[in-house]
Amino acid sequence: MLKDITLGQFFPGNSAIHRMDPRTKLIALIVYIVALFSAGSWLSYGLVFAFLAGTIAISKIPVKAIVRGLKPLVIILVFTGLLNLLFTPGEKVLVAFWRITITLEGVVRAVLMMARILMLISGTFLLTYTTSPIGLTDGLESLLGPLKKIHVPVHELSMMMCIALRFIPTLIEETDKIISAQKARGADFENGKLLERVKALIPILVPLFISAFRRADELATAMECRCYQGGDGRTKMKLLRYKRNDLYAFVLLVLLLVAVIFAARLGL
Amino acid sequence: MLSTAISVENLAFTYPGVDDAPGAPVFEDLSLAIEQGSFVAVLGSNGCGKSTLAKHFNSILLPCGGKVYVSGMDTSDPELLIAVRRAVGMVFQNPDNQIVANVVEEDVAFGPENLGVAAPVIRQRVDNALKQVGMYHYRNHAPHLLSGGQKQRVAIAGIIAMEPKCIVLDEPTAMLDPRGRKEVMETIGKLNREKGITVVLITHHMDEAAQAQRVVVLHKGSVALDGTPREVFSQVETLHGMGLAAPDTVELFYNLNSCGFSLPLDKINAEECAQVLYEDLG
Repeated sequence: MLKDITLGQFFPGNSAIHRMDPRTKLIALIVYIVALFSAGSWLSYGLVFAFLAGTIAISKIPVKAIVRGLKPLVIILVFTGLLNLLFTPGEKVLVAFWRITITLEGVVRAVLMMARILMLISGTFLLTYTTSPIGLTDGLESLLGPLKKIHVPVHELSMMMCIALRFIPTLIEETDKIISAQKARGADFENGKLLERVKALIPILVPLFISAFRRADELATAMECRCYQGGDGRTKMKLLRYKRNDLYAFVLLVLLLVAVIFAARLGL
Repeated sequence: MLSTAISVENLAFTYPGVDDAPGAPVFEDLSLAIEQGSFVAVLGSNGCGKSTLAKHFNSILLPCGGKVYVSGMDTSDPELLIAVRRAVGMVFQNPDNQIVANVVEEDVAFGPENLGVAAPVIRQRVDNALKQVGMYHYRNHAPHLLSGGQKQRVAIAGIIAMEPKCIVLDEPTAMLDPRGRKEVMETIGKLNREKGITVVLITHHMDEAAQAQRVVVLHKGSVALDGTPREVFSQVETLHGMGLAAPDTVELFYNLNSCGFSLPLDKINAEECAQVLYEDLG
């Protein structure tokens, strides 16, 4: 029941994208998002799309996996599409009856907005699909490193992220067990009004929280036993190092950003 | 004379009570010495203080009275905290709650990373530790996809990678199936024999304790029995009085004896037991 959560799912592989430094990929995602939001014309959108499609092709991530990840977004997409379709003022009216007017500008805008959301989410998926969670947290810790100087607990935050990711499958398994246990005692989660269903969740959440706290306590003891004392004086087994591929990626990103901004300015 | 790995001198400990009420004392005057390189099993019924004692071995709990020394270091000295924890590694009951990272090798590297070991040395230690517990093949797996016994072996590898002199295992097999138990017990035995690591195994499985060189039975906060497995387990009635049982083979002979046989009570494994029965009955 809970097994199909794709949050932070990682597809192990050995493509050029997989082998890229996680820091490069994080920066690439930011540049990609900036480019996506700077895009305003068909050509600029086309450039961003070409970049996304190319990256997906290199990463060898099955397109199916990305589409599956996008499924839960259908409602948001339809909603955004409808809003843009109905409420964009314009001159070329295509359909007009009762209070609804659909303009050509509205259609264009709806399509572009939906494309933007789809490309935004696909891009972020690509990052989590090709980067191991630990690589991601290491990359974040390294990128945010300078913030340590102004006393931002960067190491602690990345440690927390790492542990949270580690315990997601464990807690999902536990939730499944609790649900089965409560069902075996006659709990009903499928029927009843919304309020009743929400109430039925309480006997799941309470044991789950208690067990999570117990786990946290034991984990803290185990970490202390393994001489954990925060980030100071800590070393890493896998050191992050930029390679030639990362340089190419940075060059490509700069080119993308410049091209998109130009195309958008020129209104092509 | 062998040097002492852990020495407990007149240990007293009381858990703090709730709302100013005085807590019940766990230990009042406990003394125990564990020799370097030995394999000691600590037995006792529930609530006799087995786990509490284990937590004193690496400064998770500090004595209220008396002293605990690890390789001559006082565990209550805050300056020596890291040195003590480096010397004594702990493995707990629930393997899920000791694994920090979501890749096996990253988790094994956690300890040495905390100690500030250089990257290439960590790599070497992680590979060695995983080979020693027979999990090298799984180094890139996610821990939640492993079986209980495998997870517990990963947890043990995480401790070995820190190169401790002594490993304390607090009921490491309690949550495992028979196969996982066997895997873990074989790993522990191997580490003790081949690496000379001192092993303190806290357990309530008699057959596991029978594999140790020395068995210490705790009862009501003090050492009730202490000796080789044969010496300890042959005192069946004393064990029963403390709510414990002897290994199955000893229990069998004990029951046969009460039906009129006179069989020795120091046979703690099945082969010896079968041999005695064969000679006696044949």
